Amino acid sequence: MTNSDINRYKDKAFQIFGIFCTLIGLVVLAVFLIDIAIDGISRIDWDFLTSLPSRRASSAGIYTAWAGTLWILVLTAVIAFPLGVGAAVYLEEYSRKTKLANFLEINIANLAGVPSIIYGLLGLEIFVRQMRLGGSLLAGALTLSLLILPIIIVTTRESIKAVPRSVRDGSYALGASKWQTIWNQVLPASFGGILTGIILALSRAVGEAAPLIVIGALAYVPFAPTTPLDEFTVLPIQIFNWTSRPQEAFLTNAAGAIIVLLCITFLLNGIAVYLRLRQQKKVKW
Amino acid sequence: MSKKVYKLEAKNLNAYYGNFHALKGIDIAMEEKAVTAFIGPSGCGKSTFLRTFNRMNDFIEGFRTEGDILLDGRDIYDKKIRVDELRKEVGMVFQKPNPFPKSIFENVVYGLRLQGIKNKAVLQETAEKSLQRAALWSEVKDNLNKSALALSGGQQQRLCIARALAISPSVLLMDEPASALDPISTAKIEELIHELKNDYTIVIVTHNMQQAGRVSDYTAFFYMGELVEHSKTKALFTSPSDTRTQNYITGRFG
Repeated sequence: MTNSDINRYKDKAFQIFGIFCTLIGLVVLAVFLIDIAIDGISRIDWDFLTSLPSRRASSAGIYTAWAGTLWILVLTAVIAFPLGVGAAVYLEEYSRKTKLANFLEINIANLAGVPSIIYGLLGLEIFVRQMRLGGSLLAGALTLSLLILPIIIVTTRESIKAVPRSVRDGSYALGASKWQTIWNQVLPASFGGILTGIILALSRAVGEAAPLIVIGALAYVPFAPTTPLDEFTVLPIQIFNWTSRPQEAFLTNAAGAIIVLLCITFLLNGIAVYLRLRQQKKVKW
Repeated sequence: MSKKVYKLEAKNLNAYYGNFHALKGIDIAMEEKAVTAFIGPSGCGKSTFLRTFNRMNDFIEGFRTEGDILLDGRDIYDKKIRVDELRKEVGMVFQKPNPFPKSIFENVVYGLRLQGIKNKAVLQETAEKSLQRAALWSEVKDNLNKSALALSGGQQQRLCIARALAISPSVLLMDEPASALDPISTAKIEELIHELKNDYTIVIVTHNMQQAGRVSDYTAFFYMGELVEHSKTKALFTSPSDTRTQNYITGRFG
């Protein structure tokens, strides 16, 4: 075998290895999805979506769970969006490159890596106990907001950074103040990227169970919440609860709930991808 | 006899980027409604100097100046000067066309909107007048709502000029405005400069000595952060008094 033959084989081998690496995650996910679909799809009907939880698996539904998840989604977005974008704009546009700014930056990156259950404990102490919000939607949304703030800050900063210097210069040269430049140029140009980051962060938040269990979200809530101060449950908690029951029928319920939860996260991710593509098409500097 | 007030003046101006001494004791006075060209090799400080007139260097960390820059006799680095007001008086056109990712119309009226002007008729009239002054009106008048990014490079640069004119400055700073353009677009920009000097004081940085010769009334030659020579363009190109100027314009370095 000549040297070039060996090189060609190596090339081929690495290509196959690469395909294997790419597929392995996808295959596992596909198997999981198919398995869940087989178990759960038959369980999903109008009654399942609109029924309250019950001790009897056949009449139990996920109405309170998905209503809770939607509440949490909206409240978390409303809280985390202004805080995250505000912090990112400050860090990127206003703060001087001091040691303090450096320290803040490193710690925000660190926060993104803190386990979610720790955020749950933080939420339990601050929101549930100190602020006396109890195990309410508001306490849950505040806790999840803390959890996803670092992600939003980091992705927003990246989007802001991608707005070219020349556009800012053009604005300043026409007499714009810093805030006018941020509001009229920087934020509109980076909005697609900011939104993408927030949606991805939210899709992570709706999948969280651990921090919400810690702050006291209940598995059994007999009514769908109507105000932010109501008690609540969410889909991941409902799924966790059902999968820990011994009866087969509850496992089927769990599979049905997983399908609904996955639909919500895939929908969110789909919107994020769409926004990113649209942004790439619209703005070419 | 009162001292003559020039449109733009620098008095013993020194500028630093951190420890780097970028401009060294520059004294210059520029006449109103004339075109002054800054020439010199890369890194000689001409762009830095240009940007002191509308304080665009303020954004650069570690940049500072000593000495005075006067606009109509007022020190623009005075604490009482509001930088946004200064920039309404001293417009700027950049090397690379930098239209905003908005419509042509919104680009032109951006400066007016910043000042809170909302009157449709005023915006419309200013947009038309500015685009006409920038010799772009006839090409875009039917597509004012089209994205400015869809224009050609030369059109974009004229749009940027129109945008600067819309807020009625008295000085126009141009930082190599044609260096990213093709020859035909360049010729259009040069023609435009000829037109505009009837109403505006223009300072243009250029790498192209023929261009300096064509468009300017006065030329200033910078070298290593110093102003070597400043005189009427014709005189500077035909009989430079400094040997460094002569070497540069005859192409011996640069």
